[in-house]
Amino acid sequence: MRVIIDGLSKTFRDRSGHEVVALERISLTVEPEEFVAILGPSGCGKSTLLNIIAGLLPASAGQVFFEGEQRPGRPPSATVFQEFALFPWRTVRANVEFGLEEAGLPAAERAERTRRVLDMTGLGGFETRFPHQLSGGMRQRVGIARALAVEPAVLLMDEPFSALDAQTRTLMMEELLGIWERTRQSILYVTHNIQEAVFMADRVAVLSRRPGRLLDVVPVPLKRPRTEAQQGEAAFVGAVDRIWSLIKSQARAALAEGQQE
Amino acid sequence: MTVERVAVSDRAAFLRRREHRVVRALALVGLVVLWELLTRTGWVSSLFLPSPLGVIEEFADMARSGQLAVHLGVSLKRLLLGFGVGAATGITVGVAVGFFSMTEAIVQPIIAATFPIPKIALLPLLILWLGLGEASKVAVVALGVFFPMAINTYAGVRQADPLLVRAAVAFGAGRWSVIRKVVVPSALPMVFAGLKLGAGTALLLLVAAEQIAAESGIGFLITQAGNLMETTKLMVGLTVLSLLGLLSHWGLASLERAVIPWRHT
Repeated sequence: MRVIIDGLSKTFRDRSGHEVVALERISLTVEPEEFVAILGPSGCGKSTLLNIIAGLLPASAGQVFFEGEQRPGRPPSATVFQEFALFPWRTVRANVEFGLEEAGLPAAERAERTRRVLDMTGLGGFETRFPHQLSGGMRQRVGIARALAVEPAVLLMDEPFSALDAQTRTLMMEELLGIWERTRQSILYVTHNIQEAVFMADRVAVLSRRPGRLLDVVPVPLKRPRTEAQQGEAAFVGAVDRIWSLIKSQARAALAEGQQE
Repeated sequence: MTVERVAVSDRAAFLRRREHRVVRALALVGLVVLWELLTRTGWVSSLFLPSPLGVIEEFADMARSGQLAVHLGVSLKRLLLGFGVGAATGITVGVAVGFFSMTEAIVQPIIAATFPIPKIALLPLLILWLGLGEASKVAVVALGVFFPMAINTYAGVRQADPLLVRAAVAFGAGRWSVIRKVVVPSALPMVFAGLKLGAGTALLLLVAAEQIAAESGIGFLITQAGNLMETTKLMVGLTVLSLLGLLSHWGLASLERAVIPWRHT
């Protein structure tokens, strides 16, 4: 399915009642089987954009469409959260089954699908563990498995690996790409890390700082499957440089303001 | 100048807490032994303080004659019925008030106004409404359990992690799924804190009600023994209350471990 983001704007009211424009007229299309990264500095409204697409937040203007063959029981999107957001009272298996329960799938099919995604995400043998018994990397694997299980039209990932240490993050990025090669699941991947965005995505949508506007969409002409060695290629370095020049001044402004978000 | 080597000393040693297992056991045993000695030497008249061994003997006698079973049975029935009704309604109201803003608007002021009334003061009114029978005693216990349960459950529901609620909705959960699968499990630790609190209140109200208006039960037994200056019998009643309190706390703690496995493994 194709995801069409059409002229999306979001305005918040802050505590003192002033209007803050978080997103301004964002238009972007994610093609079937495409991996698109959304990149921007702190406070550019990346997460807000993802929440609107997930239907967790109403837009102030504009709309999001899912275009293509609609299959009953298949949700348009599933989210992988930065802070994992696993249910602590559910085992790994029950966490992964959550979305399938809500979709009303029969028990046998739930078990079958759950087993498949647990195998795919390297969680076999951990089915009966509770989230607090797992490392951060394993927890996010559960988060990814839970999202893959419902077979959504698009997988929404909100800085999924930023809570992990650097080594784990690198491994998880490669693993995610491996899974994506097999499932060809459309992905919208939010990050503030340029290298990460370029390494993973087919295209990188660069947002500006408040108000969040779409500055440019940078294509990444790197072959797949991606390998670490490609990070030295001219195409990789070129894309990174191009994105950095787009947001450098904004990142500097954020630093000067000393705002943390 | 001389060169010296100074080892680092553990300066935080006095902050570390230890179990003191032996002291723990000895404290209670020591108190009972001291009490036995005091009564044996005749320092304290057994009319005021019967000896521990005497209390145990009386306990065995009363158990054998069936007298204890009658009073305990009646009290347990009132206690369990009142606790069950109070806890069930308290949890239901707590979840409803915590989740639905409309229910909160209606119920919260009512609870705030009625909560400060000491529940035992309602006994005369309850007797007027329900008669002198079992219903008024069960009702006063239920009322005493209802409030801590409703208030604790409400607090537990309000504490549910908004991120988890959002995650549930993101994966297709509607209102009832969110309540059943996120809000209630989130509130469980607070619910159990409320149950433990409620168990204490229930025992207190039960005994008070039985002392004021009853012909049976542990509270009645204690009052009657006091009036007849049967101090040993009175002490048996107090011991039973202590055991009841300990047992209910232990039972609830084990139930909590079974129901909330993700917090203890």
